Parts: sequence; C-alpha cells; structure tokens
Amino acid sequence: MPRKPISLPHPIEYLSILDENGTLDGDLEPLIEPADLLKLHRAMLLGRRFDERMLSLQRQGRIGTFAPIAGQEAAQLGAVAALRDSDWMVPSFRESAAEIWRGKPLENFIIFFGGFNEGGQIASESNDLPLCVPVGSQVPHAVGLAWAMKYRGSDQVAMTFFGDGATSEGDFHEGLNLAAVFQAPVIFVCQNNQWAISIPRANQTRSATLAQKAIAYGMPGIQVDGNDILAVYAAASEAVARARAGDGPTLIECVTYRLSVHTTADDPKRYRSDDDVAVWKKRDPIARFQRYLTDKGVLTPEKIEALEAEIQAEIQAAVTRAEEQMAQMDDPLEMFDHVYAEMTPDLQAQQAELARELAAARKEDSHG
Amino acid sequence: MAKMTMVEALNLALRQEMTRDDGVIVLGEDVGVDGGVFRVTDGLIGTFGENRVLDTPLAESGIVGMSIGMAVYGLRPVCEIQFSGFSYENFHQIESHAARLRWRSRGRFTVPMVLRTPYGGGVRALEHHSESREAFWAHMPGLKMVIPSGPRNARALLTSAIRDPDPVIFYEAKALYRAFREEVPEVEETLPIGRSQIVREGRDLTLIAYGAMLRPTVAASERLAEEDGLEAEVIDLLTVSPLDDSLFVASAKKTGHVLLVHEAPRSFGPGAEIVARLVEKAFYYLEKPVARVTGFDVVIPYFSRENSYLPGIERIVRQARGLLAS
Repeated sequence: MPRKPISLPHPIEYLSILDENGTLDGDLEPLIEPADLLKLHRAMLLGRRFDERMLSLQRQGRIGTFAPIAGQEAAQLGAVAALRDSDWMVPSFRESAAEIWRGKPLENFIIFFGGFNEGGQIASESNDLPLCVPVGSQVPHAVGLAWAMKYRGSDQVAMTFFGDGATSEGDFHEGLNLAAVFQAPVIFVCQNNQWAISIPRANQTRSATLAQKAIAYGMPGIQVDGNDILAVYAAASEAVARARAGDGPTLIECVTYRLSVHTTADDPKRYRSDDDVAVWKKRDPIARFQRYLTDKGVLTPEKIEALEAEIQAEIQAAVTRAEEQMAQMDDPLEMFDHVYAEMTPDLQAQQAELARELAAARKEDSHG
Repeated sequence: MAKMTMVEALNLALRQEMTRDDGVIVLGEDVGVDGGVFRVTDGLIGTFGENRVLDTPLAESGIVGMSIGMAVYGLRPVCEIQFSGFSYENFHQIESHAARLRWRSRGRFTVPMVLRTPYGGGVRALEHHSESREAFWAHMPGLKMVIPSGPRNARALLTSAIRDPDPVIFYEAKALYRAFREEVPEVEETLPIGRSQIVREGRDLTLIAYGAMLRPTVAASERLAEEDGLEAEVIDLLTVSPLDDSLFVASAKKTGHVLLVHEAPRSFGPGAEIVARLVEKAFYYLEKPVARVTGFDVVIPYFSRENSYLPGIERIVRQARGLLAS
C-alpha cells in the first residue's frame, strides 16, 4: 500500500494567444469574422471611454459612487462575446463593458449611479440580472438559473462574473460545488484584477492560481491572460460549448488588472505604487488588440480616430438623455413601487403619508 | 375528509402543487430519499423523481441562492432549511436578493420562492434548534412571513405561498408537526396571505397569537371562560408580515383589553409592532396598557428548562386576569 500521487481528472492550463507586444500565436488564434473583431474592438473602446466619462461625471458631482472597469475590457468582452443573446448573464458590480455589449443603454448607468432606481430597469427582452453589490453572492443565482435551463430542456447557458476577492466568499464555494454536483450549464468567470480593494491577490489566498479551485469541485478550470481578448474568447467559447453539450460547469480565471480605483470612493495610493500600475498599463488590452487588428489589416489609425469621435458623440448623447430624464425624476413616491407584486395595505398607507408630507412641504414653499 | 397531522397536511400541499405545476421544485438537505428529517417531504421523490426533489449538498446559502436563480427563470422552488437556527447561513441571500430582486430590477425579475423551515421550541431539541426569529424576516421589505397554527391552515397557506408571486418565509412550528390531527379536505384549499383570522369570538378581552402559541392561547381562553366567566376573543395572525391589523384593531376597540402571546424574545418581537399599531389606531379605546406574554430576552434554554421559557396556559391566564383586574 504505497503512497502515490492521485490523478485528478482536470489539469490546470494557462492560455495566452496575443501577448502584450501584440504577437500572435497563430496556431491558437480563434476564428472570428473581421466584422465581429471590429465589433469587439468598438465595444472595448466604448467601455473604456464611457468609463472615463463616468469618472469625470462623478468627480463633478453629477453622479454618485461607481466602480470603474479600466483595464478589464478584454476579460469582460471576450467572455460575453461567447454567449448568445438568449443565454443569461449574472454580473457582479464591475461589468459595465459586458452589460453594454448585452444591450444595456448607456443612460441607464448614468441614471442608476445618479441615484435613481429607474436606472436599474431591466428590459423585458434582456436575460441579464441587475448588478450585484455583495461580493460573490450572485454566484449561486447563476447556478439556479442554469439548473432551471437544464430542467426545462433548454440549451441556454448562464455566465456569472466575480473578482478575485469573491473566491474567498462562502457563496463562491457553495455555488461551484452545487453547479458541479448538479452538472449545471454555468460558466464562472473570475476577473482576477489583483486587488480586492486594498488586499492584493497574494493576501487573498495561498492558492497558486484561482483556476485550480475548480479541481476541488470536480470541474475544468483554466487560467487565461485576461488582457488578451482572443484568449478569453477562446476559453469562454470552449466552456460555453461544454455547458451547452450537457458537460457541466467551468471556472475561468482571467488574469487582469484594475488600472483605476476600486470605486470612486477609494484611494489606491494608500496601498499600491504607481510603478506597479505602470507595468500593467503596458499590458493594456485595447492597445494590444488594436495592434493585432492593424497588423491583420482590418483596422487603421484613421478608422480608430473616426471611431473615437463617433463613440464620444454616442456617450455625449447618452449623458444628455440621462440628465434630461433625471431632471424629471422628482417623484420620491416611486420608491414604493416594485416592493411586492401588489402593494400591501401598509405600504399604501405609508405612500399616502409621504404624499401628504410632500404636498404640505410644497404648499409651505409656495407660501414662503 | 381525512384527519391529518401538520406534517401530512404539508406533504399534501406539496404533492398537489407539484402535480398541478411542473415548475414547483422541492430542494434541500435530506428532502429526497430521506423525506426530510421531519418527513414533510416524505415520498415526493418516489412520485416526482430526483429532478423535482433535489437532495442538495449541505449548503444553506447555496440552496437559497440557487432557488433564487430557479425562481428568476420561472420555476417555483420550495426549499427546506432543516431548522430555522441554520437559516442564518442564508439570511444574506434572502435579505440581499430574494426580497429585493423585484425592486432592484424594477419589476422585471421576481422571486416566487418559498423557504420552509421548522422553528420554535417544545420538542426537547439541541441548541440552535428551537429559536423563534420571525422578527428577522418580518423586518425585510419585499418578503412575506407566514406561520400556520395547525394542519388545515398549514396546508392552505403553503398552497397559497407556493402560488404567491413574492418570496415567502414559511415557518412551521415543530411543536405542532405531530401534536394533533385535523380534518383536511382532499380538494384544493387556499388561504389568503396577509390576513389573520378570529378563531374565537369574545367581548371582554383580545388575545393575539400565532403558530405554536395559538393552542395554549385558545386553551387559556377556555379556562378564562370556565373559571372567570370572561369571554376572550382570540386572533390567529397566520401572516406576521405583511401584518393584517384590521381584525385586532377592531377587536381591541370592542374589548378594550389586549394581551398578545409569542414565543419569540420580547424586545423588538412581533408583539412590539402589534402594540405600536394598537397605540396608533386604537389608543382611545384601550382601557389598560397592552400586555405581552412572550419568550424572554435570553437564548432559549436547553430542554429541561424550556417550558419555563415558553409561554404556557398558566402564564397566559395569569396575565389575562391581571389585565382585567381593576
């Protein structure tokens, strides 16, 4: 009865296709139509520029706290690009590029972070859950959705996003375990951006990779260069195909970096140096993808310039629309809506109470 | 009509709703092959199969989180948390998501799930198996908190809870599970959630109770009638949230004396809300301050002393007499 290594069903691989110099591994290059490549590029650029505009709106006091995405565009878009519209996305709170890709209007972000619930409206045709603030708690929701798809005989899949910090949460572990036990068609996308507010990845876990946590639950796990949209897309496509074929869940760890603040209420200078950030700025996912597309002949500097102008106009139009709408959102009685399917007698009474107070205040104002 | 225990009546509700709607899914720890530790889900896996009755890993937060996802997709999950004392693991999922997804998504996503869980003392259980923490759930906007008091209303309320478009916490008093039998009609029966019931008419004082406390309260009302000639009106809340105050406010106006009974700790318990409503809506009709017979603000003691903790007939009668003494 010797001691011997136990062979486990799933090895952990690292996948990189387009390195930080834009050098391509041609053998691994996924087949993506040029039009789709350009669509992805536009989405990355829109995600980045919108993020910059949101930061500026926040600094001007025109919206409240939000979580910037800069640096994580490839990790998000490479993953969601592998989904069909009919699939489900269960986001965390830092997936605006993915949410935009899935059809959420830009003005909804501004209205939401402007402090109005109306911005959280999910369109009837959308299969995306609203953003989720408590870290990791959305993971089991994706499992339940995926189980329900399987139960109903659908070939839809669910994809959920979370950060490196979430892998320390109980709900992450319970979710992965349930997904594997029930072979639910779900893809777990970890955006390992190296920081859970001030806690670096090295202090989050002693695991050498986050992807290897999949082994514990009996599902495939893979680590990819999260700033390489081709690698993320390839890994996500494999995972989606596996889930659709009835072969259960996958954990994908996208190694990326949060270039900006955790949220606009955070000051990263307290816990990391500009030099660290500079290293990752050189690995920018957008610049890298632009080199690839230019080398491939599907994009030119002139086209990028035109696209930048087009995107700025699109963002400006959304800001204008959002601010026009917010100016009309002066009715606090809206807070009573959607608590229950039918408003309870207590809530009706409380709503009426606030309505009376507001009317009295308006009367005082008009006499004052 | 068959005479059933509450366990059998709950099983009937599940069985009938699962037959009626293939979106009704039962899940939880030991609910399948074992039929649940109290046997509420007994035999369901044999009838409906392991795709409808899921024996899950031991993961309360995961069970509820998964139920939320299932409900968002359009199913009607009925999950069991084996003891309410273990439901704090999933408290976060209920508070942060089940109760709010409708609101957060502006009506797009709803969570028509039921969380069934045994609560309360009186069965000589271990620590963490006897709590009565309905106030936790009743404090959450967007959530409904239902507590039946016997087999027939348990069956009808569970049927309504499963069909309810909002998430429902369904507290089952384990002291009632096999305490007595009641005639339960084979044909479908529902009860509206959010409505209480008068179970005994009276003119002298109002007794308000629910769940396992209803029986000692009714017994106390009978003793008061026999020994003191006092006719107590007894109100069974049935739903703790949203709270139906119409019956007890009207009753207080009629009797002028109110005593309320719950086994939950006194401070911030459901009784406190009931007193507040009475003060707001029936203050000038009250002839005496509202009295409370409740659990104490302690951890419910181990079973050799739990009868001193739990409100019983004696305490209720004594308090009622004190309330009416001039």
